Amino acid sequence: MVLKYHIGGGDFVNAGKASSAVKSVLKQLNVPQARIKRVVIALYETEVNVVAHAREGDIEAVIDSNKVTITVKDIGPGIPDLEEAMKEGFSTASREVREMGFGAGMGLPNIKRNSDDLHIESVQGQGTIVRITNDLKD
Amino acid sequence: MGMQINDIANILKASVLTPELDMSKEVVHAFSSDLMSDVLTGDYYKTVLVTGLSNLQAIRTAEMSDIDHVIIARNKVVSQAMIDLARDRNIVLISSGYSLFRISGILYKSGIKPVF
Repeated sequence: MVLKYHIGGGDFVNAGKASSAVKSVLKQLNVPQARIKRVVIALYETEVNVVAHAREGDIEAVIDSNKVTITVKDIGPGIPDLEEAMKEGFSTASREVREMGFGAGMGLPNIKRNSDDLHIESVQGQGTIVRITNDLKD
Repeated sequence: MGMQINDIANILKASVLTPELDMSKEVVHAFSSDLMSDVLTGDYYKTVLVTGLSNLQAIRTAEMSDIDHVIIARNKVVSQAMIDLARDRNIVLISSGYSLFRISGILYKSGIKPVF
């Protein structure tokens, strides 16, 4: 099963819609609740990152019986120093993003914590690709 | 032992914004935060989120975190979109005039446990 969603940069009203839709599908597939939570938290934080930092992005979630692979590609400024960005507390978020309850430098570490496998590629001035792969079975 | 969300609404003199939802559900734990990324780091069971952050992301964060109840502190303006989303995701949403500190104190004194 392949699910696709678009994310608008700056669109905080719709941030989380894709994560919510993926959560509903995984529930219908009877994936264990703790597994669902890891997937949707990693995806939700990624969605918020795209909304907060990029111009736009696309999500593709490929679900099979054992695992889910989520690829989020954005068109945006890219991450200048990925190692630095992965550190808890490091943030380049705007005041608007902080007012939404994010931007404390916890997003990327939280995505990593909730991913079984995480791969990030980023090119400055072009954008970022985040690939999250999680097992769906205990 | 926890409390019903209905009783929590009463002791906080709170307005129930999603009256259609089950108000007899039990609350055992509470977590108070305005930082949604912090909320997203926890594991929750029968938990209420107490927050001063009144926007759609507070409801989305509760949804992703498997939190069934949200209390908005200080009677912050709650949008119809927030109420609709909470109702749709089966999250009880209530609003109290008390501060985050006062709500947390009342819940703690009433036997509601901290998450951390």
